[in-house]
Amino acid sequence: MDISYTILIPLIPLAVFLLLGIFNQKIKPAVSGYIGVAGLSASAALSFYTAYQYFFVVGKESGIYKTIVQKVTWMNFTDTLHIDMGVLIDPISIMMLIVVSIVSLMVHIYSRGYMKGDDGYTRFFSFLSLFSFSMFGLVLATNLFQIYIFWELVGVSSFLLIGYYYTKPSAVSAAKKAFIVTRFADLGFLIGILIMGYYTGTFDFETLNNPEGPAILNWASTSFMGLSVITWALILMFIGGAGKSAMFPLHIWLPDAMEGPTPVSALIHAATMVVAGVYLVARLFPMFYFVEDGFALNIVAYVGGFSSLFAAIIAITQTDIKRVLAFSTMSQIGYMMMSLGVSGYEGHEGVGYMASMFHLFTHAMFKALLFLAAGSVIHAVHSNYLKDMGGLRKYMPITNITFLIAALAIAGVFPLSGFWSKDEILVAAFEHNTLLYVVGVFVAGLTAFYMFRLYFGIFWGKDTQYKHEPHESPLSMTFPLMVLAFITVVGGLIHFSEYVSADKAGFEAHLNIPLALVATAVGLTGIILAFVFYKKENELPSRFAHAFGVFYKWTFDKFYFDEIYLFVTKKIIFNLIAAPIAWFDKKFVDGTMEGIGNKTVVISKRIKGIQSGKVQDYAFSFIAGVVILALVFIYLWTN
Amino acid sequence: MIAGISIYEILTVTSFLFFIGVYGFITRKNLISILMSVELILNASVINFVIINKYLYPDVLQGVFFSIFIIAVAAAETALAISIIINLYRQISSVEVKDTEIMKY
Amino acid sequence: MEKIIFYILAFIIIAFAIASVSSKKMLRSVIYLLFVLIGISGIYFLIDYNFLAAIQLTVYAGGIIVLIIFSVMLVHHVEMELELAKVSKRIIVGIASLLGLALFLVTIYSHEFNVVENSITTTTEDIGLGLLNYEAGGFILPFEVISLLLLASMIGAIIIAKGTKLTSKKNDTV
Repeated sequence: MDISYTILIPLIPLAVFLLLGIFNQKIKPAVSGYIGVAGLSASAALSFYTAYQYFFVVGKESGIYKTIVQKVTWMNFTDTLHIDMGVLIDPISIMMLIVVSIVSLMVHIYSRGYMKGDDGYTRFFSFLSLFSFSMFGLVLATNLFQIYIFWELVGVSSFLLIGYYYTKPSAVSAAKKAFIVTRFADLGFLIGILIMGYYTGTFDFETLNNPEGPAILNWASTSFMGLSVITWALILMFIGGAGKSAMFPLHIWLPDAMEGPTPVSALIHAATMVVAGVYLVARLFPMFYFVEDGFALNIVAYVGGFSSLFAAIIAITQTDIKRVLAFSTMSQIGYMMMSLGVSGYEGHEGVGYMASMFHLFTHAMFKALLFLAAGSVIHAVHSNYLKDMGGLRKYMPITNITFLIAALAIAGVFPLSGFWSKDEILVAAFEHNTLLYVVGVFVAGLTAFYMFRLYFGIFWGKDTQYKHEPHESPLSMTFPLMVLAFITVVGGLIHFSEYVSADKAGFEAHLNIPLALVATAVGLTGIILAFVFYKKENELPSRFAHAFGVFYKWTFDKFYFDEIYLFVTKKIIFNLIAAPIAWFDKKFVDGTMEGIGNKTVVISKRIKGIQSGKVQDYAFSFIAGVVILALVFIYLWTN
Repeated sequence: MIAGISIYEILTVTSFLFFIGVYGFITRKNLISILMSVELILNASVINFVIINKYLYPDVLQGVFFSIFIIAVAAAETALAISIIINLYRQISSVEVKDTEIMKY
Repeated sequence: MEKIIFYILAFIIIAFAIASVSSKKMLRSVIYLLFVLIGISGIYFLIDYNFLAAIQLTVYAGGIIVLIIFSVMLVHHVEMELELAKVSKRIIVGIASLLGLALFLVTIYSHEFNVVENSITTTTEDIGLGLLNYEAGGFILPFEVISLLLLASMIGAIIIAKGTKLTSKKNDTV
């Protein structure tokens, strides 16, 4: 199968970005919106065509879906170690292509309505295209270095889009925060890549992931502090992934990133970029699984499980609807990580891997839907806060229904897509790790609760009197909502396990009825609790908040993680380390350099008189010099 | 050959002449005076050519030929220098070195 | 006899050279230079290079000195006092010159010259033949080059000295 045309999938958004970026001022906003949508449509069409070709035309060869790679060598280091550029097609990259292209296309369409009248309309679309290009490139990367390049590119586009309202100080600081935190994590990723390249002699995913390949078989050859260096490399790479995917304790940037425009949150901070960490782990899954009996994979599982619980608890108390969704995203990504972490490799053992990818897919759809619906609400009431909302179901029927569908899906209600993927995750956790299973079930209940708290708070609850009567958003905004809602409803019916599995062979997934019943029961409990608390305005929530007292306060303030980081960075690092170094730099390093410069100026001012312009002075210097030299030489020779 | 005069004495005289020229070249403030000092230096070297030819290699005449060429070149040089000086005098009405220091610094 | 004449000539050369570089009056300085040049031609006579002595007299004393006198007349008042260098500078340059002189003399006196005793008389014919000789060791090429050089410098001198007028004339015709 010739897949060279897939290179167009990232290149079309890149062309759009260049076009819109360079002719920023020349292009009318309406036109730029159409250009962006058209470019993404082309990419999406190509993605679907690729998927169709891969799964249904080429299909399995000797029982497995083959990995197809086309690449050119870009940089040569040694005979085996070189950096390639190319495209890699296998089930998960196809899946990601579909996810990214659908969500990105929907967000493009949605943004045409949402961003209408904004000054930076064209700029916004050019950044969106840049992001799409980077994300497609990341998905299609054939080796660690290529994925790292695009990894940083998505970081940059995320930075640009979070800081899109660059006149707002909070947006600027949020953008900086996101960039610095992820950059810090990416340092781990880079070191991991370098260690990996050094010890295995290759960056290629194919070579690395081959279970019989030297990279996996020889993992024990070098060890460092009790662990194989390969394990260290994997852990470091997971740190990079955790930074991008907002895993505990590198999650602090994600809530603040909600300062960006809502479509951006939907695209980058819900559906695509934040799952890059999950994708990375999935991409290197054979390595994570086989090296040192999955030591690094266990870390992934526990970090994922903890993050999911941690974020779900915080989400309950937040009042900014986008922040609730942000913590929900973090929680669900934790779910995916946990699922990857408890996965096996072969056949039905790999249900966790499959479930994680499945959940990635469904979550991208319904979380993008939630964000876009939230954006629609925000568009209507011009506020992010729950206290300004309530009773909106009368004004915004489409938003109401689509939001409800998404909320039901994330709560895991049969037969919406979230039910299926979540069920598979819980099955995987149940089979491998009881503790994580309990956590997973608990988080499922919490998720249902906070999601419906949000839903009831926005669309039911108190009858707020609005200054301007809210009205349903235009078709350009509701159309993506409806499309995503449709996918959310039917997405669960895809036989995902047929296509995506750890060993690429596919297997038959069965619904585990008891577990599904438990999960559904928990989810429904959450929903009912939320119904009791928030359906009508009453005193229950505040009473409970009082009952929990300190714990509520802690949760509301996100367990003071921002403050801890601030304390560590400002008080400890800045004052104790950075300040003395800065002083040293200013006084000694700069001082020396400036001193040299200043002294040069002073001395040259003094001695410029020598350059009198008089030939006679020069002649005198010449003769005196000759005489002195002659004396010196004669003295030396005669002795 | 000058009876009773060794080559050393003649070379001493030319050395004196040379350094007097150098002294004049550096200390004089007037372009024409500097030119004259240059003539002194040239003449010192011409005498050296001739003397060494006469005292050490009397059967050839290379030193004499060189002296002739030097004298010719000196004549050409003087003519040019004088014309430059006159032209300069037209431009700035001075032939003092201190007025021609536009290349300073 | 020759010895005495030489010493007199040497004295004349050095004394007038010093006078020439230290005189305050421009024209006198030129005349002192003339005496130096005449003294040098005297030395040429002494060592029996009559042709060279004649050239020295005609070209230097007769040509160059006259040229310099003309230019002095053109640009200076005859009685104008020359500006002298600062005393400190004169002393420093003087010391440097003396040092150099000492160096020269030490070098010269420490060298053993391989002097050939002779009394060969050189005729003008020998010089002419040598200059126009185009066989090995002949000086015909430099001779021609020098003649070209003289022509070129003559033209150059005229153009430079007349410079501004020439160009202005050109401009008029255009």
